[in-house]
Amino acid sequence: MTRYVIKGGSLLGENVADIEIHDGFITAIGQNLSGDVHVDASGCVVLPGLVDLHTHMREPGREDAETVLSGSRAAAKGGFTAVHAMANTNPVADTAGVVEQVWRLGQQAGLVDVRPVGAVTVALAGTSLAELGAMADSAAGVRVFSDDGKCVWDASLMRRALEYVKAFDGVIAQHAQEPRLTEGAQMNEGVVSGKLGLTGWPAVAEEAIIARDVLLAHHVGSRLHVCHLSTAGSVDIIRWAKARGINVTAEVTPHHLFFTDDVVMSYDPIFKVNPPLRTQADVEAVRAGLADGTIDIVATDHAPWPSEDIDCEWTAAAFGMTGLESALAVVNATMVKTGLMSWASVAQRMSVAPAAIGRVHDQGQPLVVGSPANIVVFNADIEAVVEPTESVSASRNTPYRGLTLPGKVIATFYRGRATVLDGELV
Amino acid sequence: MKHLLSAGDLSREQAITILDTATQLAAATAQGVGKLPPLRGRTVVNLFYEDSTRTRISFEAAAKRLSADVINFSAKGSSVSKGESLKDTALTLEAMGADAVVIRHDASGAPHRLANSGWISGGVVNAGDGTHEHPTQALLDAYTLRNHLKNNQGDLDGVKVAIVGDVLHSRVARSNVLLLRTLGAQVRLVAPPTLLPIGVNTWGAEVSYNLDESITDVDAVMMLRVQRERMNAAFFPTAHEYSFRYGLNANRMKTMQDHAIVMHPGPMNRGMEISADVADSARSVIVEQVANGVSVRMAVLYLLLGGTEGI
Repeated sequence: MTRYVIKGGSLLGENVADIEIHDGFITAIGQNLSGDVHVDASGCVVLPGLVDLHTHMREPGREDAETVLSGSRAAAKGGFTAVHAMANTNPVADTAGVVEQVWRLGQQAGLVDVRPVGAVTVALAGTSLAELGAMADSAAGVRVFSDDGKCVWDASLMRRALEYVKAFDGVIAQHAQEPRLTEGAQMNEGVVSGKLGLTGWPAVAEEAIIARDVLLAHHVGSRLHVCHLSTAGSVDIIRWAKARGINVTAEVTPHHLFFTDDVVMSYDPIFKVNPPLRTQADVEAVRAGLADGTIDIVATDHAPWPSEDIDCEWTAAAFGMTGLESALAVVNATMVKTGLMSWASVAQRMSVAPAAIGRVHDQGQPLVVGSPANIVVFNADIEAVVEPTESVSASRNTPYRGLTLPGKVIATFYRGRATVLDGELV
Repeated sequence: MKHLLSAGDLSREQAITILDTATQLAAATAQGVGKLPPLRGRTVVNLFYEDSTRTRISFEAAAKRLSADVINFSAKGSSVSKGESLKDTALTLEAMGADAVVIRHDASGAPHRLANSGWISGGVVNAGDGTHEHPTQALLDAYTLRNHLKNNQGDLDGVKVAIVGDVLHSRVARSNVLLLRTLGAQVRLVAPPTLLPIGVNTWGAEVSYNLDESITDVDAVMMLRVQRERMNAAFFPTAHEYSFRYGLNANRMKTMQDHAIVMHPGPMNRGMEISADVADSARSVIVEQVANGVSVRMAVLYLLLGGTEGI
């Protein structure tokens, strides 16, 4: 197998060293190492391969939007070495059969670990528990369960799900959205929605569910993960829950770190997403929460759609935006360039912690000799205009199109194999 | 002016130009010379995704009185069906050479999409989009106010208007607040708290929950249509209670100033937000609003399409 040496990169943005990769592992770290292929990482940061707890690979069912293969390619190009594929496919990933299918498709693609997320309830209908144990025991080894796209709204069912997954160290990842408060909701409820005449999605609809769920998790002694937290109030609730020792983790998406709902003034559905883009105060709160560790991880909620689902009037458009290829640059722009976070913290939030929450072995490991060689090399200073047609995802619905973002993934190594070199898929 | 999408896009000067042009066009029409020539050879498409006989025929009459060719395209029901998207319809209209598209759509922002997505090159007039805006309604209301209170000249400085009813779901209210403020009027929004949007305090209008306290000092009371189905979503308990607290009846009308007028964009729910005797009273300018609508829409189309021949 090829012996790679990543030359002169700054490990976690700190010490400059060479990394030798051989047979899937980091085999040496030091100065002046040499190998078969050298990757020039001078001026770059070197991080453990990124782990995404929240993507939509759309397969099976919406292969026109994304497949496990095309999504894996987008992930690798974005510096990821593991992704979780949400369960809201067609058929829904609510049985061992479907999660094994997704897992096998990931193995065949071979570019990242594809970790299927199992549905909490049958058909995401919110009425009866799916066979969570069967999915956990399957070849896919599911540990994260979510009805993402829909909220597990029934408090009793949520309690049972939280309890039940303790048997196999699972976690319920909740899409926190009180359904009655968000009927027909189109965007954040606030000054902008009032002006635009679009039905509002109030912050309280997220916060009320999170408050309920942390109390439930506390009551039954289970672990809870909160998907795509988006409001200042949610950050406060998570901070309160953690202070009380409740076993809760939370994620924020790159787009909620970056955009406010002012962009909806354009009525361009490229900005239509669930939960919706919020206000400046919310953006500042989620950034602060991510910086201080209240929010544990960044997860993309990569939600690809073909143009016919986006190139229409706002209310007819689908919710969602792509995120895998832009995630690291957006975190760089919003958290690192702003001085809020170090690269070591980025590694924690985008690799170590998500791997731990998802119980993904061999991922999120430290950059030391003996670790599996899951590595991303990122040049944080290359400025590039986002051009949707350059995306390797099957879809083009990036909200950053036309914007200049700082940073580019130069190389990605997945279990010792280069999936990206010179910024391009291998 | 390339498009008319929001009343908020108009400067005071532009708004006054539209109103003055409407006045001239109304006078020319009243002379009985028949059709005016300025838009001869131009094509105006009325693209209506919602039933709206009044607004459609108002635009149709306006375009025809200016000698434009009018195509009525009714696409009701297809707005959210992927089969016939707004984009495809727009591309079709573009291919047919529409100079202006007048669009009524149940989705807020659909006219913005039509104007700004590169689908068509012609002008776009928002004839009412979802719960967003209805700028020509605001223009005709301003025209009517100016006619009664300002001798049909200049702006609306010093005029006080109460807008009463379902502000939350009203495109008429949104456009009126924007335009009336631009023209210097003071606006007071009167509604139960459930029918006021979050953020209404940033609109630059006074807000009141009490109708009785809100109509004694104004120059005009504009009643908004309240759909009975809002009841089912618990915006208010019953139609009876709504009418009792927020309906304009003869007793309330007596407390208004002598010169104050009563307006309604139609269609009215007689007995709900407005009683029949108020609607038919001498203060009511509701029928005039309809007539003024044609003049104002003529002015908008004339200015939008850059009519160069004399009026």
